[in-house]
Amino acid sequence: MEEMNINEMKEMVLKYVIKEYIDDDDVTITYETPLISSGYVDSFSMVSLLVFLENKFKIKIPPSKATPEAFDSVNSIVALVNQYLEK
Amino acid sequence: MASKPEYRSYEELSGGFSWAIAEKELEYKNGNIINIGWYCSDRICLKGNASKVALIYEGFGGTARQYTFNDIRLAGNTIGTFLRNLGITEGDRVCLFMDRIPELYLSFLGILKMGAIVQPLFSAFGEESLFVRLENAGTRAIITQKKHLGKVRKIRSQLPHLKHVIIVDEMKASDLAAGEILFSLDKSSPVEDFDICPTTAETPSVLHYTSGTTGQPKGVKHVHYSLISQYLTTKWVLDLRDDDIYWCTADPGWVTGTSYGIIGPWSLGVTQCVLDSGFSAQAWYRFAEKNRVTVWYSAPTAIRSLMKAGDEIIKSFDLSSLRHLASVGEPLNSEAVIWSEKVFGKPFHDTFWQTETGSIMITNFPGMKIKPGSMGRTFPGITGTVLDPATYQPYPEHGRAGLIAFRPGWPAMMRAYWNNEEKYRDKFVNGWYLSGDRASIDIEGYYWFIGRDDDVINTGGHLVSPFEVESALLEHPAVAESAVTSKPDEINMEVVKAFITLKPGHTPDPDLELDIMNFIRKRLSPLAMPQAVEFMDKLPKTRSGKIMRRVLHAREWGEEIGDISTLEND
Repeated sequence: MEEMNINEMKEMVLKYVIKEYIDDDDVTITYETPLISSGYVDSFSMVSLLVFLENKFKIKIPPSKATPEAFDSVNSIVALVNQYLEK
Repeated sequence: MASKPEYRSYEELSGGFSWAIAEKELEYKNGNIINIGWYCSDRICLKGNASKVALIYEGFGGTARQYTFNDIRLAGNTIGTFLRNLGITEGDRVCLFMDRIPELYLSFLGILKMGAIVQPLFSAFGEESLFVRLENAGTRAIITQKKHLGKVRKIRSQLPHLKHVIIVDEMKASDLAAGEILFSLDKSSPVEDFDICPTTAETPSVLHYTSGTTGQPKGVKHVHYSLISQYLTTKWVLDLRDDDIYWCTADPGWVTGTSYGIIGPWSLGVTQCVLDSGFSAQAWYRFAEKNRVTVWYSAPTAIRSLMKAGDEIIKSFDLSSLRHLASVGEPLNSEAVIWSEKVFGKPFHDTFWQTETGSIMITNFPGMKIKPGSMGRTFPGITGTVLDPATYQPYPEHGRAGLIAFRPGWPAMMRAYWNNEEKYRDKFVNGWYLSGDRASIDIEGYYWFIGRDDDVINTGGHLVSPFEVESALLEHPAVAESAVTSKPDEINMEVVKAFITLKPGHTPDPDLELDIMNFIRKRLSPLAMPQAVEFMDKLPKTRSGKIMRRVLHAREWGEEIGDISTLEND
């Protein structure tokens, strides 16, 4: 995904999170919004988010790194993904 | 009120035991009115504790509320009056479909006080899971939040019995559809005097749904007399005292969240706290510290997640208030018991019971010797055994692996599966209630869990029916056949795995795998979502065409496959 910059990555993840996990139209989700600790994304659903990231960015994130803390916001997710992208 | 517990020996507690102990403490006599809603609020006020805090609530982002026992009494009256004015009557099923917000707990009391049956459902359920449970129960009203309204609306037209959809959030009246109505506790005038429904021991109270291997989920009917064993087990096993701050982390969509997250503590007049946010070790420890939690009832999955977060984080918090720890939902591994002794200075006490049993059956009492990895011993008044699966007779000797079974008759035992007499009868053989779990009993009477006796998946303490997931998978446009089993998981003990063959024109790829996962997550629930999908050319079947789920299960768990003489040949 070398053609995609950080902001584009964030936007892609944000759109996916809103589409897949947010039922309430009145909720505003930003790059900083806590996703796991807020309860918007539960720990079981986190696995589907992980699969999305691995598919989309063609990476493999080790289970030990896929923690609730690492998945708690779009910003932290993209930071994690960035570690595993081929530079 | 909760008196100082007696740390008597197991033998002393068991000797001469009778459920009349609880009846006497609750001043209940056979044939009297018994209403759980009244016992959990009005009675505590009458005992002089109206101003005592009953509920400390915290939502995500620091939203906090507190309610006294008088507040919850009034709230129950107000909600009960609202429901009566809608035309809800005794015996009607009223579903609670909410996150862990105060209205969930307060509505629970209100529904019981006015004589209807509470049907709590996990708010993460997707529309299909919601539909089958509402349809089976013939639910008359549902109390929900705006955020979950979309799921209700999708299925509403297929539910002719569902007359009222009650929304507890702010919404514009113009956005409401027919049959939808707003209710705000804050904006309602508190109802001081309320004619509590004169329910008696066998009046239905709570209808929880549980999953089985085959068929649709079953509605487990409980009655108001369940209070007797819920009260006493809370007092003796969870060791609640007058000055405790109790934290049960279970969601009331599941039985732990009602039996021990509402009925137990409040019938004892004990303050409890609720944290309605997603899991994080930091948030949990902060919450326990802030509220000076003394008794903590949680689940092995949560405990293992805390273990994974590490020991260092615990040092940032003052958790010295913790006095007693207990666990439920799935077997508590010995490592977790040893870990909690190391970091909290006290062990988690494992407890075993089920939606059907309504109250704790096998347990480790405070003060009792804990054998890490064991479920403990039967609660006094409970006659338990393990049965030989071939004869359904108790093994005469210790140490044999068999079916956990109990003699029927304890107060909180289910009274029926809703509209399913046949399944209910199947739960009893030779005068024993069959739990569906396997264990052995050692020479000291301690039970040691082995596993389920069926294909039901216990993931993170929640039961998932493979049948239900397989059925839902077949509704996906690419799926031809499916088999669902569990696979081992470090945190959740086991998680759902799906084996799939595809219809012509579809080929396996990672995006299809994700699409299938999300399909199930939305239709059923995140718990039921396969955490792994394996595409196969063909599924293992018997020569008569039945999918051999156990072959796949054995492969996932590295077990012997067993007899495959009936396996279909290529």
